[in-house]
Amino acid sequence: MIEIKNIHKSYHMGSNSLHVLKGINFNVKEGELVSIMGSSGSGKSTLLNILGMLDEADSGEYVLDGFPIQNLNEKIAAKYRNEFLGFIFQSFNLINYKSALDNVALPLYYQGIKRKERIDKARHYLEKVGLGPWSNHLPSELSGGQKQRVAIARALASDPKVLLADEPTGALDTATSYEVMELIQGINDEGKTILVVTHEHDIANMTKRIVNLKDGVIIDDSLVEQVRASQYV
Amino acid sequence: MFNKDRWDEILQALATNKFRTFLTAFGVFWGIFILVLLLALTNGLKNGVTADFGDFATNSMFMWTQRTSMPYKGMPKGRNFSYKLDDVEAIKAQVPNLKYVSPRNQLGGFMGSNNVTRGTKTGAFEIYGDYPEYINQQPMDILQGRFISYSDINTKRKVCVIGTDVVKGLYDKGEEVMGSYIKINGVNFMVVGTFKMSNSQGDREQDANTVYIPFTTFGNAFNRGDNVGWMAITAVDDVTITSVKQQIFDLMKSRHKVAPEDDRAIGHWDLSEQFERVNGLFTILTIVGYFVGALVLMSGIIGISNIMLIVVKERTKEIGVRRALGASPWTIKGQILQESLLLTILSGMVGISFSAFMIWLLNYLLDSSGPVENFANPSVNMTVVFTALIILVVSGLLAGLIPANSATKMKPVDALRIE
Repeated sequence: MIEIKNIHKSYHMGSNSLHVLKGINFNVKEGELVSIMGSSGSGKSTLLNILGMLDEADSGEYVLDGFPIQNLNEKIAAKYRNEFLGFIFQSFNLINYKSALDNVALPLYYQGIKRKERIDKARHYLEKVGLGPWSNHLPSELSGGQKQRVAIARALASDPKVLLADEPTGALDTATSYEVMELIQGINDEGKTILVVTHEHDIANMTKRIVNLKDGVIIDDSLVEQVRASQYV
Repeated sequence: MFNKDRWDEILQALATNKFRTFLTAFGVFWGIFILVLLLALTNGLKNGVTADFGDFATNSMFMWTQRTSMPYKGMPKGRNFSYKLDDVEAIKAQVPNLKYVSPRNQLGGFMGSNNVTRGTKTGAFEIYGDYPEYINQQPMDILQGRFISYSDINTKRKVCVIGTDVVKGLYDKGEEVMGSYIKINGVNFMVVGTFKMSNSQGDREQDANTVYIPFTTFGNAFNRGDNVGWMAITAVDDVTITSVKQQIFDLMKSRHKVAPEDDRAIGHWDLSEQFERVNGLFTILTIVGYFVGALVLMSGIIGISNIMLIVVKERTKEIGVRRALGASPWTIKGQILQESLLLTILSGMVGISFSAFMIWLLNYLLDSSGPVENFANPSVNMTVVFTALIILVVSGLLAGLIPANSATKMKPVDALRIE
């Protein structure tokens, strides 16, 4: 599903340049649930942003489901992001003046789907994450865990090939984190490919494969025995 | 551009910041309001001043004789002379580009004594001897019957066309006017028509106090022979009377043995020249109106641009999220452009409506308080309104352009990082 070869990325700040990714090679097959771990500054978020086409690598190859992702103009990148990827952010990034339902429907809006169909689909995904009764609430009227579940429903709405989660539990307490992870595991069980960036070991252990990043290189990439989040809930 | 969802998005965005939206819109509202009002006031001033010209064909002049001021060809200075009817023919034949040459004679006038009687009723009116063309130079509405015709001129009929005030003065209400006779300085004339001045405003009473009779009849009945009191000369539309009048003067001087350099022998009033002078003044005033209005409008536009920049800045993160969800740069740009366009057009429309209301109010007050000197009927035509609208649309786009560009300039990852 995801193939990257020799990805390099550095940031320039004035005369200093910071080499963040120093040649990453890494493949993800369909249906995998991968966590990317590493301390802060290890380049894990940068990697995820490059995978999400939110940022561009300086060099290297990136193929997403057979589509080469290179030198895309912003229009095509937007289209690919919309069709191939679903994002889950640490700070949820819901649009605060839109109801939960409208937030979930937003990616469908950019796909050009008609309003009625959009709302039906959005409602379906909102029910899937257990927030059916909250569909008309604004994000400010929801708890952190509920917000993240709305964000997950939004990421799922356009039926993407890959879900990219950047510290999805970073802003949540332990109990809520496990609830969210349970949801993510459930989605993965249905066959969706998911990448999770985290620095928490318990979260990482709930995935099927852990990729460890340090100073811009992968130091460890191993399959693990998945811990089901449901046993904590 | 015209889908409902986009509108929902925009209205939602505007409604979240009602007060700011209102303040932004007010700048443009005020600009367009001032622009339209300024132009309307200029127009009112212009209408007021040009009303003094009446609606006499503006490309015209009046020409009369004065005493000569130089001796010439054995004639002394200080001599009186008079135009004759064959001068009119000569002008028509020898000076090109003239539309009408109307010889005129007058009897009675300002503070004149009673000169018209009908039975026991009398009145002091202005009696003019005229040719049929005169009605083309001085537009008037024929209410009954007709104006003077060439057969009246040729057969020197004793007929007259009388103004509404003459009817009021000499007839009882409901009395039949047509075909009746009135006595002018002891001579009987049959009434063949009544008229009133077109677009008559309060001060035109004098004009309706008038009796027109055929020029030739006038000469016979009142001992003028073929003497011409003065002439009203109108040039064709694309040639100004100012440019041909010297030819006419020269012709008249040679026909009446007046020294060629004797400018005081011929008196004239060039309506076109005066009209152009006033027109030029108002053209400048209109330009000033546009200029000042446009500047005020521009500060409103800058306000919108400013606010849109802030909106974009504030929503940098939201825009980042939207782009992560698949919004293309043009979707974002389009939305911002449409938002600023909506703001400008909407507030512009309100401004135009409000100024229209003010103009209506002004007109209403003018109507109820009676005419004011040099000011009448402030108004703007549709061209101005459309121009204003076009200015609005263009400036709405301009106001949105910079913010729209800055919204998508950033990489989505940087936009998302902003708190």
